[in-house]
Amino acid sequence: MSQHESGPGATEAGIVAGGQADGTGSPASPGGSQPLQSHGWNSVPLSLLNAVLEGSSTVVTILAIVLAVVIGGLLIAFTSPPVLHAWSNLFSAPGAAFSQAWDVAASAYSAMFEGAIINPHTISAAFHGGSTAAIFNPLSETTVNATPLILAGLAVALAFRAGMFNIGATGQFIGGAFFAGWIGFAVHLPLVIHVVVAVIAGFVGGAIVGAFVGDLKARTGAHEVIVTIMLNYVMEYLLLFLLGLAAFRAAGSPNPISPPVQNNAMLPLLAGHNLRINAGFLVALAAAAAAAWLLGRTTLGFELRTVGANQNAARAAGMSPEKTWVRVMLICGGLAGLAGASVVLGSDFALTPQIYGTYGIDAITVALLGRAKPGGVVLAALLYGSLNAGSVTMQAQTQIPVDIATVIQALIVLFVAAPPFVREVFRLRRRRAGSEEQLLAKGWSS
Amino acid sequence: MECGPFAREAALQLELRGITKRFGSLVANDSIDLTVESGEIHALLGENGAGKSTLMNVLYGLLQPDSGEILLDGKPVTFHNSREALNAGIGMVHQHFMLVPVFTVAENVMLGVERTTVLGLLNRRRARKDVLELSARYGLAIDPDALVADLPVGIQQRVEIVKALHREASIVILDEPTAVLTPGETNELFRIMRELQDSGKSIIFISHKLKEVQEIADRITVIRRGRVVGSPPPSATDEELASLMVGRAVELKVHKEPAHPGEVTLDVKGLHVENAAGRFVVNDVSLEVHAGEIVGIAGVQGNGQTEFCEAIMGLQHVVAGKITVAGKDLTGAKTRAVLESGVSYIPEDRQEDGIVEQFSLADNLVLDLYNRPPYASGAVLHLDAIRESATKHMQDYDIRATSIDMTVGTLSGGNQQKVIVARELGRDVVLLVANQPTRGLDVGSIEFVHSQIVSARDHGTAVLICSTEIDEIYALADRIVVMYEGKIAGERPPTVSIEELGLLMAGAGTSTPVVEVEPV
Repeated sequence: MSQHESGPGATEAGIVAGGQADGTGSPASPGGSQPLQSHGWNSVPLSLLNAVLEGSSTVVTILAIVLAVVIGGLLIAFTSPPVLHAWSNLFSAPGAAFSQAWDVAASAYSAMFEGAIINPHTISAAFHGGSTAAIFNPLSETTVNATPLILAGLAVALAFRAGMFNIGATGQFIGGAFFAGWIGFAVHLPLVIHVVVAVIAGFVGGAIVGAFVGDLKARTGAHEVIVTIMLNYVMEYLLLFLLGLAAFRAAGSPNPISPPVQNNAMLPLLAGHNLRINAGFLVALAAAAAAAWLLGRTTLGFELRTVGANQNAARAAGMSPEKTWVRVMLICGGLAGLAGASVVLGSDFALTPQIYGTYGIDAITVALLGRAKPGGVVLAALLYGSLNAGSVTMQAQTQIPVDIATVIQALIVLFVAAPPFVREVFRLRRRRAGSEEQLLAKGWSS
Repeated sequence: MECGPFAREAALQLELRGITKRFGSLVANDSIDLTVESGEIHALLGENGAGKSTLMNVLYGLLQPDSGEILLDGKPVTFHNSREALNAGIGMVHQHFMLVPVFTVAENVMLGVERTTVLGLLNRRRARKDVLELSARYGLAIDPDALVADLPVGIQQRVEIVKALHREASIVILDEPTAVLTPGETNELFRIMRELQDSGKSIIFISHKLKEVQEIADRITVIRRGRVVGSPPPSATDEELASLMVGRAVELKVHKEPAHPGEVTLDVKGLHVENAAGRFVVNDVSLEVHAGEIVGIAGVQGNGQTEFCEAIMGLQHVVAGKITVAGKDLTGAKTRAVLESGVSYIPEDRQEDGIVEQFSLADNLVLDLYNRPPYASGAVLHLDAIRESATKHMQDYDIRATSIDMTVGTLSGGNQQKVIVARELGRDVVLLVANQPTRGLDVGSIEFVHSQIVSARDHGTAVLICSTEIDEIYALADRIVVMYEGKIAGERPPTVSIEELGLLMAGAGTSTPVVEVEPV
């Protein structure tokens, strides 16, 4: 059977013959099959089809987003009083019930789109003498929202790849925000240098917290999940305590808020004073590129991936998982610290007790959605950033609460975390062994 | 006539017709026909992944065939689960035992078919009686009150057989039963199999070991790539059987010139290694391996061989003793230092320790070399060099994969092992430590790995092989050392008889003075 070639009109049996080239795969590990072999002109559509049928990670992720948006739309529609009223008259006016539901969901999503990507009204306004900056405001807001998510998401993703579950992005974020903020308001440095030093301080602040976690795990075997969760509380209360001290509190302020960051330390705006998009976004993209380079092109990245995928093999190959954990957590902490710096130097401009928001937790979902790959994290963070930015406009225009964005985000993650469910819904064929999913699953459970 | 509770009126004739079973795109069984007459020992011979176990799982109701039918005494039957198969008189002893270690033998035997007393309590006495009766009838010699955890593997296997008999099986499937046994235990198993046969039971014996099949089987069916490729008589020669199995002529004996041992390369003195419980798993082991010779450590699994190899590699904490490689003290050295001293390591469990399944072929081929030139300088990997050497290794070592970017987890076991062998032997090697280098491999792959190891020896590498396969020890070793319970039970030349070796492996040699390795 191994000699057969599966032609363009390959039947099931033909696929069998072509895919199982050496025929030695054992039934216990039916992973021997390759995607359809290429056969000239038809290879591209075939491989595309194959990807869809197999339910590749990317396809599943996109379908999960689609599914979440559909369910989100139903939620929007059926929590709206006019829709519910229309549905109570379903039998007398069935058309109205459906059109009402459609209208509400559609207007909510179009408002969200206008807030996150582009608003057509601003374009026509620009032609009539309005501001051109307004056209780009939604995109600018999306990047501002996405910047800390990219950085914190990378902090979780890199740890994932090393087989660790970094729930401590919050604590590392606080470490970074505090260092960056303190340099920002308490030290006087010249232009350019000040912001560079402050950003580096942000990395250092997060790295200290991260390395501490890695060191505890390496030395004592303490599980990073427990350590990072606990450190999040420690860092949250430490921040509150420090902001209560006179040294870190704005003069004369009754609230635990730091003095404002000096102008020199602010991340420079990239597109004029009317748009909030700032250099933090570039820092985030550079960090993602650096993370990709680290993973694929360096010995440390090789060690990190090996330790993450198979600790025993790593040891047998002469690597030290312990050293790797410390190094990886140092870098991850630094990345989360950069996220803190991007917020305090780029959008908030002062330390507040709640500056960490939900970035550290959202980072986990972003990393998961991005399949723990730097490029994926950037895309996932942009999606989340756009949902966050769009939901504000949606609430302003349609009175639908911003929380619906959180619900959609949660649904996406739920579906991404449950690929078999998504495959079932979309009738995809089962995926074969040896995928990234297993790596992620390992990351969750170990 | 015997007509106790465990004997059926008549033994069954079994027929499988056109059984086909697919797993996705893989055809594990391709219209297989098989007839097992009542009271015969029928061997299913085939390489790993040939589809033997799949076929038996279909027969035992664990898998549903895509097409084909099962006939018992000419009547078609379908089994939706193993209970239905058991009720029809088919029992199976799996390769990995399905016993509860903390239960006694009797409790394990009654598990699933518990009888209760009038008060609704478990009738343990009845179970004990049943075990004793079966044990006596078939000469099994099992203590019904022993805890399974305390029993050696060979006896645990008998418990599995008793379980099948207790459920009134007249056809007993034994899936690779000898894989875990010493030669002595294997002989004992064969005796039991003949007892069963004499009392009218049929036995389906699954194996990839030629000698065992020749010794015990009445009839042989050879399966290759999911198809029946022949039914040679048991009198067929090794070569005939092997070539049927593999599909080409196979050289069973590695071609090997006499060794020319040189300087002492590996020198281990008084090595002690503890397990987690603080017991010595390697207890005062001293051993020398010279350049250009292969020393084979024989022993039943779990007698300290693995820990010994791992201690040399810096993967186990050395409590006492000294390890020297080519004059360099490597006691307690880190694994990386050991590797960089020119030691290569083929670990026992390839998927656990030897490869990273999610990684590409190229990445796996530099798994323990990635940080050295030419594959890296400083912190930066040289992907071109890695890919270039991977392409070369893939050709040199005949790794069957579509490209060097293929995920290693999708390769067959034999090809995975070739990846490890290529990585570990494809560089300058002073000492090769190979633990079970051909475990689970088929005849063709074994032939390849063995020839590579011998050729490394001929190039002056000192080789230390641990194996639980006696055949492998005989095929490779220039000197044989037997380990038993963490100690060296004796050293013998490769001309030693299999009986003597079997006794040493079973610990019988420890009552006589231990033959110390002679210092050179």
